[in-house]
Amino acid sequence: MTGYLLRRAGQMALTLFLIITLTFFLVEAQPGDYASFYVLDPDLPPDVKDKIRAAFGLDKPLWQQYLIHLKNTFTGNFGVSFGHFPRPVLDVLGERLPRTLMLFLTSATISFYVGFFLGKAIAWRRGGLFEYAATISGATLFTAFTPAFALMMIWVFAFKLGWFPVGKFLDPLVWRGAEVSANYVFGNMLLSAAAFFAFAFIVILVMKKLGRRIPLVYAIPALLAGILVIVFAWAFSGIGNLALDIIKHMVLPVATLTLISFAGTMLLTRNSMLETIREDYVMAARAKGLPEKQVRDHHAARNALLPVVTSLVYSLVFAIDGSVIIEGIFSWPGTGLTLLQAVRSEDLPLVMGSMLFIGLLSLLAHAIVDVLYVLLDPRIRYQ
Amino acid sequence: MISSRQAGGIPPSNERDDYGLGRAAFLLSRLALAARSFRQGWNIFVESRLGVISLLIIGLFALMAFSHPILMATVWDPATYDPVTGYAFDQVEQPAPPSWGHPLGTDPLGRDVLSQLLYSTRSEFVLGITAALVTVGIATVVGAVSAYFGGLLDAFFMRLADLVIALPSISLLIVLSALFNLNLFYIALIIGVLGGFGGTAIILKSQALTVKVKPFIEAARVAGGGHFHIIFAHIVPHLLPLSLLYMMFTVTNAIFAEAVLSFLGLLDLRMSWGIMIHTANTGGYLLGGTKYWWLVLPAGASITLLCSAFYLAGRALDEVVNPRLRRRSD
Repeated sequence: MTGYLLRRAGQMALTLFLIITLTFFLVEAQPGDYASFYVLDPDLPPDVKDKIRAAFGLDKPLWQQYLIHLKNTFTGNFGVSFGHFPRPVLDVLGERLPRTLMLFLTSATISFYVGFFLGKAIAWRRGGLFEYAATISGATLFTAFTPAFALMMIWVFAFKLGWFPVGKFLDPLVWRGAEVSANYVFGNMLLSAAAFFAFAFIVILVMKKLGRRIPLVYAIPALLAGILVIVFAWAFSGIGNLALDIIKHMVLPVATLTLISFAGTMLLTRNSMLETIREDYVMAARAKGLPEKQVRDHHAARNALLPVVTSLVYSLVFAIDGSVIIEGIFSWPGTGLTLLQAVRSEDLPLVMGSMLFIGLLSLLAHAIVDVLYVLLDPRIRYQ
Repeated sequence: MISSRQAGGIPPSNERDDYGLGRAAFLLSRLALAARSFRQGWNIFVESRLGVISLLIIGLFALMAFSHPILMATVWDPATYDPVTGYAFDQVEQPAPPSWGHPLGTDPLGRDVLSQLLYSTRSEFVLGITAALVTVGIATVVGAVSAYFGGLLDAFFMRLADLVIALPSISLLIVLSALFNLNLFYIALIIGVLGGFGGTAIILKSQALTVKVKPFIEAARVAGGGHFHIIFAHIVPHLLPLSLLYMMFTVTNAIFAEAVLSFLGLLDLRMSWGIMIHTANTGGYLLGGTKYWWLVLPAGASITLLCSAFYLAGRALDEVVNPRLRRRSD
C-alpha cells in the first residue's frame, strides 16, 4: 500500500509538471505575451516598452524563460496579478480557494450520498411511479443546460420567493462594522465542520466496535449533541450572525451544484445494482433468511458501489467544471469566478495560477478516488 | 447504419473472389448481409421508446437547420430577418413579444428570435459532428494501435488518457479563450482532441483488445498481412459500432461546452443558442422571469433538448452495440 501511494504521488508530480509545461507553452503560442497588457499602450516610447519586456524577463531565450518559470512555480511564486495589483497571485488564490473547496466538497459529498441512496432504492423497487419519476427527473437534471438551470433557481428561490440572497458571498450591510475578516469567519466555519465530521466518524467507529447488533440509530443523539455544542459555541462567539450570513449565501449554489451532479451517480448506481441483484450471492443471502434491508445494503449495494466509485473521477471533474459555471452565475468569489474574471480582464498571471489550482484540485480528487477504490475492493491489491 | 459501416470499412479491393461469383454478385451478397444485420440492430433500437423519440427530435432539429437558408431565400427579407444584422422595423418596442411576423418575438437588439434559433441550429450540428468525427478518428486509431502493439506505446497512450480525463475541459477551454480567438472550428477541434485522447480511447482500446485475440487476426498475419493492413482492415472495422456510440456522446459534450462558453461571452461566433441567452442576460431580461420568456426559453430548451436527444439516442444505441446490456433487458 505504501509503495502504491508513493508511486501514485510520483505520477501526480509528473502530471503536475506536464500541466505547468503545457500552460507555459500555451502562453508562448498565443499572439502576444505577459507584457502585452502594458506594452500595447500607444503612448509608451519604444525604449520603455523594451524595459518593460526586460522586467518580465521576456528578452531572455525561451529555454531560460521556461526554467525560470518552473523554478518560480515550484517555489510558490506565481507572479503579481494585473487586475488585483499589487497583490501576488498566490495571495488572491489563497483567499479564494477555501470557498471553492467548501462549495465543491459539500456538493460532491451530498450528491454522492443522495445519488447512491436513490439509485439503490429505485433499483430495488423496479417498475412503479417512483422509479419512472426519479429516472426522468434525473436524466433531465443531468442534461439540463447548467447556466439556464442555475438562473432559474435564482429566479424562483431568490427573486420570486425571496428565501435566499441572489448571489455573492456576504451581505455588506450585515458586515458593516464587523471587526473580523470574512475569511477568518469562514475558516472557523470550515474548522467546526471538520471537527464535527471527525466527531461523527469517531462516534460511528466506536458504535461499530462496541457491538455489531446495536443499530446505528442510537448514534443520532450523540451527533445531535455535537451539532448543538457547535451551534451554541457560534451563538456565543459574537460572530454567529456573520456565519449565518455566509451560510445563507451558500445554500443556493450548493443546492444547484448538488442537483445537477447527483443524477449521474443515481443513474449509474441503478444500472450497477440491476447487475448485482442477479448475482448468486444475493440469492444466497436471501435464501439464508437475511432481512431485505441487509441484503440490499450489504450484499447488493456494497458490490454495486465499485463501478460507481470508478466513474467518480468523471463526475468529480464534471463537478469541478460545474462549480466554475455555478461560481460565475452566483458571483461566488472562489477560484472559478477568479478564473472567469481574470480571463475577461486578460489578467494572464491570475489565469495561469487559477488554472493550475483547478488542475491540482482535479488531480487530488483523482488520486483520492484511486486510493478509495483500493480500500473498498479487497480483491484489488496494488504492489 | 452500424453494419453497413462495418462492411464499408473493409476495402473491396482486398477481398478475393473466393466463391466463384462475379464481383457484382459478391458485393450484392455483402450488401444483403449488411442490410440484414442493420435490420436486426434497428429492431433492438426501436424497442427502446426513448431512443426513437430522441431520433425524432434530432430529425426535427435537422429540419430546422435546413429550413433557415430556404426561408431566408424565399419568405424572409434579409434586412429584417438576418440573425445578426437584421432589425425588425415593424415593431415599435424591442424586445417585442411574439407576433405573426415574428413567431418567437425579437431580441433586445430588434433581431428575430426564430431566425436566430434556426440559424444557430446549423452551426450546432456542424460543431457537434466535427467534434465527434475528430474524437472518434483519434480514439479509434489510438485504441487500435495501442491494443495491437502494446508495450511502451500502450503505456504512453493510456497515461496520456489518464491525464486528459483529469483535466476539467470547460476550465481549460475558458483559459484557451483568454489566449486565443476561439471560433467554432477550433472549439470543435479542441473538444474532439480532448475526447479522442481521453476516455474514449481507453474504451475503444479495451474493445480492440478483444478483437486482437480473434482467430481471423492470426489468419491475416499468417497470410502475410502487414501491421498497417491488420490494424486498418481487420481491427478498426470491428471498432466502428462502438465508435458510432461514442460519437453520440461527444456531440452532447461539444454542444454543451459551446453553449456554456458562448453564454459566458468568451467565443468569437456570429450567433449561437448560448449567445442568445448571453444577450438576454447582459440586458438584464432574465430576472424579468416569465415576462420575457421568448428571449431565454427557445434557446435554453433547444440546448437541453438536442443535448439530451443525442445522449438518449446514444444510450439506446448502447443496447444494440453492447450485447451484455441487451441480455439484461429481456
